Amino acid sequence: MNALNKLLTSAAIGLAVGVTSFSAVAETPANMLVIAHRIDDVTTVDPAESFEFAGSDISRNVYGRLVNLDPADLAAGYQPDLAESWEVSEDGKSITFTMREGVKFHSGNPVTAEDAAFSLQRAVILNKTPAFILTQFGFTPENATETIKADGNTLTITTDKKYATSFVLNCLTATIGGIVDKAVVMANEVDGDMGNTWLKTNSAGSGPYILNSWKPNESVTLTSNPEYYGGAPAMERVIVRHVTESASQRLLLERGDIDIARNLNPEDIAGVMSADGVKVDDELKGRLMYLALNQKHPVLSKPEVRQAFKYLIDYEGMRDSFLKGQYTIHQNFLPATYLGASEENPFSYNIEKAKELLAAAGVEGLEVEIGVREAQERIEIGQAFQNAAAQAGIKVNITVGTAKQILARYRARELDVYLGAWGPDYPDPQTNAGTFAYNPDNSDEANATGLLAWRTGWDAGGLTEKVEAAVTEGDREKRVQMYLDIQEEFREISPFVMMFQQIEQSALRDNVANWSTGQAVTAAAYWQVTK
Amino acid sequence: MAFAEDGNGGRPDRAPLSHKLWPLVRGTVMTLSSIAVTLLGLLFVTFIIGRVMPIDPVLAIVGERASQETYNEVYLQLGLDKPLLVQFFYYLWDVLHLDFGISLLNARPVSEDIARVFPATLELATIGIIIGVVLGVPLGVLAAVRKGSWIDQVARVLALVGYSMPIFWLGLMGLLVFYGILGWVGGPGRVGIFYIDVVPSVTGLILVDALLDGNWDVFKDAFSHIILPASLLGYYSLAYVSRMTRSFMLEQLSAEYVTTARVKGMSEWDVVWKHAFKNIRVQLITVIALSYAGLLEGSVLTEIIFSWPGIGSYITTALLSADMNAVLGGTVVVGLIFILLNIFSDLLYKVFDPRAK
Amino acid sequence: MMAETQTLREWLLTETPTSRRHAKISAVYQGWLSFRSNTMAMIGLAILVLLVFVAAAAPLLSPHDPFVQDLGNRLLPLGTGGHILGTDSLGRDILSRLIYGARITLYIVALVALIAPIAGLLVGTVSGYVGGWTDTVLMRVTDIFLAFPRLVLALAFVAALGAGIENAVLAISLTAWPPYARIARAETLTIRSSDFISAIQLQGAGPLRIITGHIWPLCISSLIVRVTLDMAGIILAAAGLGFLGLGAQPPSPEWGAMISEGRRFILDHWWVATMPGLAIFTVSLAFNLLGDGLRDVLDPKAGE
Repeated sequence: MNALNKLLTSAAIGLAVGVTSFSAVAETPANMLVIAHRIDDVTTVDPAESFEFAGSDISRNVYGRLVNLDPADLAAGYQPDLAESWEVSEDGKSITFTMREGVKFHSGNPVTAEDAAFSLQRAVILNKTPAFILTQFGFTPENATETIKADGNTLTITTDKKYATSFVLNCLTATIGGIVDKAVVMANEVDGDMGNTWLKTNSAGSGPYILNSWKPNESVTLTSNPEYYGGAPAMERVIVRHVTESASQRLLLERGDIDIARNLNPEDIAGVMSADGVKVDDELKGRLMYLALNQKHPVLSKPEVRQAFKYLIDYEGMRDSFLKGQYTIHQNFLPATYLGASEENPFSYNIEKAKELLAAAGVEGLEVEIGVREAQERIEIGQAFQNAAAQAGIKVNITVGTAKQILARYRARELDVYLGAWGPDYPDPQTNAGTFAYNPDNSDEANATGLLAWRTGWDAGGLTEKVEAAVTEGDREKRVQMYLDIQEEFREISPFVMMFQQIEQSALRDNVANWSTGQAVTAAAYWQVTK
Repeated sequence: MAFAEDGNGGRPDRAPLSHKLWPLVRGTVMTLSSIAVTLLGLLFVTFIIGRVMPIDPVLAIVGERASQETYNEVYLQLGLDKPLLVQFFYYLWDVLHLDFGISLLNARPVSEDIARVFPATLELATIGIIIGVVLGVPLGVLAAVRKGSWIDQVARVLALVGYSMPIFWLGLMGLLVFYGILGWVGGPGRVGIFYIDVVPSVTGLILVDALLDGNWDVFKDAFSHIILPASLLGYYSLAYVSRMTRSFMLEQLSAEYVTTARVKGMSEWDVVWKHAFKNIRVQLITVIALSYAGLLEGSVLTEIIFSWPGIGSYITTALLSADMNAVLGGTVVVGLIFILLNIFSDLLYKVFDPRAK
Repeated sequence: MMAETQTLREWLLTETPTSRRHAKISAVYQGWLSFRSNTMAMIGLAILVLLVFVAAAAPLLSPHDPFVQDLGNRLLPLGTGGHILGTDSLGRDILSRLIYGARITLYIVALVALIAPIAGLLVGTVSGYVGGWTDTVLMRVTDIFLAFPRLVLALAFVAALGAGIENAVLAISLTAWPPYARIARAETLTIRSSDFISAIQLQGAGPLRIITGHIWPLCISSLIVRVTLDMAGIILAAAGLGFLGLGAQPPSPEWGAMISEGRRFILDHWWVATMPGLAIFTVSLAFNLLGDGLRDVLDPKAGE
């Protein structure tokens, strides 16, 4: 038996030695940026189709656009990118872009007006989910070749009516405005898909980075484009690694195995601040957290009840506890920093007031179901709300489900209450106004599942026309005032309880400078980052 | 009950197969047809589950903002308007041609995805089972030989703790202590970030690929990443393997021939290893095979905590986003492995177990 | 009094039972004696008795309301502000939640212990007794369910029916029955060919009576052992579903869901996830200890 004992001991020692010999504190190389991020939402990297957060990050760094936002100065709004300049026609319907000379795609092909026209036409013709960003200007698969035209070094787009120029150009800064390499894309066309299948997993852009590989739920690897017209990026290699757990991201950062952790929860942010060599960057994002009260529900559709729910949210309590540092109170549908965004937050946590309103509406023994997505912060918001509602005599049952499950029921107008989050699609007020406060046909047959107002069963209470008017107003000051008015009315009458706006907290190693997640208006950019 | 408990030692024991010895040919045909029937059933059940789930595969593709028009287009593209049975037969036809279809979510062939994630699980499970067997078998033998001694008690406690510990808790704590505080092992993921894609992927098993490439740095790094999650899985199979070894050994040690051998003056070492242990080999291999099959299913919770891109988390993610092609593909692969390991252990019984003859 | 117990003891330990009932009771008592001498098993039993007591007396035992939130006093460490085990992310008392959570754990355990073995017993005995095509078909179905990745099956089931504690129980049962069917079938095959069954058949008993009256009782002891040993796995499975957000719905204090909520704070507020983890561990351990002891008593050949 001694031999056995020896065997056991030596096995144990061997294991221990094997493990310990590898301990070493790591540091990432100076020319490499390593980011931990949840990237499980990426389903495609084709700019005509990509519509999720992590996918937009890839697109922003790989594809140039006609006009773009400068990560160093996002407040400046759209700036020339692949288009050097543009002119608006007399009637305000046409914009003519002059292309920048000497810019090359990653393939070495020159970037031409023809490529730009092809890219926009392609997005319209493929008609994937984000296509509405372009088709709202009247472009259709049928008229795309007429309305989007290249001529020599210029590209002209013609909209169906006059829109605010800033609205049109803002939309072109979205992911769908990415300019693809026509020759390369068409060389990879299969069955007339305009290269869609190929571009889902490959890239053909002219931006500062080249996509090396995207392994779903694993990693994204980018290499710098030394020929980038704006100068070769300092970080020659960028690796985004999929790490779901906040604790794991924090350990990686503290050990120096990554440079940036993007999904730390408030507790880990607090913990990481006291660690050596780590700093935290705050950026206000566009994502809003709200409750939608189904207007097909006989009780929830009463004006007093809608009002009462707005007093049943412990705004400050939540902001200062489990949402600490990552959400700020915001009770309007336009995110702060957007043109015309209102800063008024009139509602506060007031059970008594809510009770009065409920009594005035004659509501007693109300029981409602709230659908919540499987995400801790949302489950906690749901529970805090449940707790407050109970004090006002409303029984709230929480149903937690996967994103797709809950969303499907919301789209089918089946949920009593939906706890939702909404991020703007492009940096123009129309993006949110056109979904929260716009619903031309509230009938079931209309099936306008893309509109939040429709999903909530709300006819938008006369705001539809006002939204339509605001989007065509050319005068900036007037437009701002119109949005302020719409938001004021919306706050009082809408069945949406707007609660919070997101703040993204990135934890960085000390030596990382110029990091930008794109604030409320765009996605993350890597090319200006230095270490 | 291993599913939540990643690898608590795999499948429950099962009764030995029929004791009759069929003619070889008939046996083979029966075996093959039973594999086919089981696989078909497996596919059918998975397929039905996929279709009755209230998760909308169309929504999974088009996303929240899609208009009804885009939605309808994709709905028709996926053939969801056809009757269920027709959809199933289409699917079956493709599978027979080794085509698992395209992942609805990332537009890649499912077979390609599985070829990427399965080696990760294979590597983890293999090292896990090696740890479990290398430590668990001697421990079980020792516990049986010295029944009632302190080592038996230690083995018992080790096993019971292994059976009873929530793996997600142990995993997080292990990561905190051995990676976060002590820095002895690599963090989450299969390799450190600068080693990603350094060695060419031949087998998909990073340790093997690194050896083939002769790149010791990558090998060391990958080893330091795999050792913690593998030890964790190894511990769970150790709990099971050591308990089973102990009870098999006790049965043998109380048998008459052992007493006879002892009376004849045979050394204790020879009695234990040359006689008793030799007789439990087949049973033991069955236990190990089933335990291994359990680990190969993919240990979802371990994979989540260690950011390990394996088949368990692949199937789960796919399931939760209604990517049915991926779920079906993954299920077929996992089911097939289970069935094969099962048949392998049945064969062992038939060939080696004297009682089966 | 003393003398009477002595007689009772003697009566129980007699080697010459006076009736069948006497023999049965005597056997049970002897089993109990051998079980009682197993300290580990007794510890397990004691823990489980305590668990039942805690669950029954939850309202009396818990120091706070398990559902009352206090956002100002969240994540308090152990022993602060009258919270012995601290508070969770919404400021709820962890100890009180654990105490109420014991009820849910017992509920799950009881339901699964009822559904899975009975389903397995039914399939296994019918398959083993009837044989032929029925056997082939039923065993093929059992094989299919065995070959299924269990997590996929349970997840799919819960996803299809909606998250919730009852559905979680059903899902776990659905994945747990095949091994029982296998065991029951194997036992049935041995019993079926035994002489006493042939004797009963000759007396004209129908298959239904033979299965329910004679085969089931003989299968039960090995099933009980098996179920007890599986119980820990069942609790962990339920916790795993809770961990993935598919078990009990909030604000229910299900232990697995509590770990899941608390794991976000594991680096700085370790107790939030650790306390429910310890609770799960203790109860699982108790079931394992008990199962080990029961196996020694009821099924000696498998145990030693």
